[in-house]
Amino acid sequence: MLLRVDKASTSKFTLRRRPTSEKLVDVGFKNIVVAMASMVAVVLFSIFLVVYYESTESISRYGLRFLFNSAWNPVTDEYGAFTAIYGTLFTSISSLLIAIPLGVGTAIFITENIIPKFIRNIIGIMVELLAAIPSVVLGLWAVFIMEPFIRPFLNIIYELFGFIPFLSTKPLGAGMMPAILILVVMILPIITSISKDSLNQVPSKLRQAAYGIGASRWTTIFKVIIPAAISGITGGVLLALGRAMGETMAVTMIIGNSNNFSWSIFAPSYTISSMLANQFGEADGSQVSSLMYAALILMILTLMVNVFAQWIVKKLSLRYQ
Amino acid sequence: MNYTSKKSLTYNPSLTRNFWNKALTIISALFAIISVLPLILVISYILIKGGSYINLETLILEPEPPGDDLLSAGGIGPAITGTFIMSVIASIISIPVGVGGGIYLAEYSKSGKFAKFIRFGSNVLAGVPSIIAGVFIYAIIVSTKILFGSMFSGIAGGISLSILMLPTIIKTTDEALKLVPNDMRRAAYGVGASKFTMITNITLPAAFRSISTGVLIALARAAGETAPLLFTALFSRYYITSFDDLFYEMGSLSVLIYNFALEPYEAQNQLAWAASFILVVVLLSLNILSRWIGTLGAFSKNKV
Repeated sequence: MLLRVDKASTSKFTLRRRPTSEKLVDVGFKNIVVAMASMVAVVLFSIFLVVYYESTESISRYGLRFLFNSAWNPVTDEYGAFTAIYGTLFTSISSLLIAIPLGVGTAIFITENIIPKFIRNIIGIMVELLAAIPSVVLGLWAVFIMEPFIRPFLNIIYELFGFIPFLSTKPLGAGMMPAILILVVMILPIITSISKDSLNQVPSKLRQAAYGIGASRWTTIFKVIIPAAISGITGGVLLALGRAMGETMAVTMIIGNSNNFSWSIFAPSYTISSMLANQFGEADGSQVSSLMYAALILMILTLMVNVFAQWIVKKLSLRYQ
Repeated sequence: MNYTSKKSLTYNPSLTRNFWNKALTIISALFAIISVLPLILVISYILIKGGSYINLETLILEPEPPGDDLLSAGGIGPAITGTFIMSVIASIISIPVGVGGGIYLAEYSKSGKFAKFIRFGSNVLAGVPSIIAGVFIYAIIVSTKILFGSMFSGIAGGISLSILMLPTIIKTTDEALKLVPNDMRRAAYGVGASKFTMITNITLPAAFRSISTGVLIALARAAGETAPLLFTALFSRYYITSFDDLFYEMGSLSVLIYNFALEPYEAQNQLAWAASFILVVVLLSLNILSRWIGTLGAFSKNKV
């Protein structure tokens, strides 16, 4: 091949200094992206500060008594969020207890080679699409379809076990139980998809080694695969817990929104977020500040769960890498 | 040493371990079916029940006040445009900020203290309940009337949705840029590109697909949110007719569903179903679109 050399390129090579404009653009761009990244911190801190600032009146007036008082009376100006806090914790934790076996079981089913990969992929995609359905639509479905459907079954349970305090009121429609069920539907995709991802990341050597020494499929799953993937699964479960505690619309539509405290899971109740959704629009004066106090409690609860989730993923994920 | 066993080596289904193996497999299959069931039920009810109320009038008319007319409730036209407008506002705010933040994390400070803090912060922000975002925007924008004296407005609604989109966009941009091979960066520097040129001409285009996947997912989540709009955008039965209307209450599909589902009138409930149909179809299409873009071939860790 003949190498042709242009006149121009044979001319003397000169070092070109970067023009000042190019340097300025570089520095400017860096500053802009730093500012944009800082927006996350700014927004997060200002959410905290604003919610805290708005609730100071209520905090100084009620202090920690607010957490254990179930009165919510705008007329006498007496506020306490016990019913809502209990409702938030009870609904989210019990929905979690139902969703963990379902979600992790589904994740195992679609990561093991029990049925053809094609069908497993479809199940995986379907569960993840469930996460795309907005909560207000699930709420609509829960109000008009699910609740009327399960009410007879709840009634049977009430007839049989009504002497237990947790089941001691007649199911009349909206209440804690349907709210728990719709929360299960909402957090199932989170648990399933995160568990699936972490089960998929378990090195296949571990599985082969277990099979090699004669372990059966489920011994391998329980003794090897799940322990290896436990960090991701726990992280997913905690994320789901955070989501369940903050979930608003579906719960507001189906929980019945009553501040009367009851041990029964068939009775209408409240969660912090449903209380906010219901009352914030029409509240004024010290009610706003009490609602802000409740919002602050909700924020602290979800924050603790989320930080714990991140910590546990970091802490446990070192085991098999 | 020789090993002898009287046990048969053929598969024996009555062994305890084989029995439990079967039983647990069946249980896990059952769990999978239970998990898929809600999606099938919800989707089919929305598509059949909601779809049956869809016609041209429903799509373009303004909703009637509940109880005015028991037979017809008007339509969901303003809610559709409202959801669209507020999603656009949220995207205009959150896409530049989110992509910029992601660029900082991936290109400027991969493992610095500040970057770690921002990553942690965006994870925490992603976990903040959506209703808190609404309360926050209510406190700083609506109640202070900071937006030219207007209180409840479509813009406030859009801003509160942008808070929900931000963490998702930052995270996907960060991860998408990290998957771009370092060789491409070195090659760009090698031919004399500045960092700004390298990022805008090489790494951002290379990561474009993964970033747009994240943006679509964030958008799909924000467009379906109700809680942040309840006391920021409120609800309106009217179409917006001018730019000024952005500073007034604005309807949205999700708030319409919430308001009309709890009305005692059949006609309003039907509108709620129709709105659910539109919302679910749009959101599922956005999700499937983003999946499809994701499979088109982004950089993966295995490639170079």
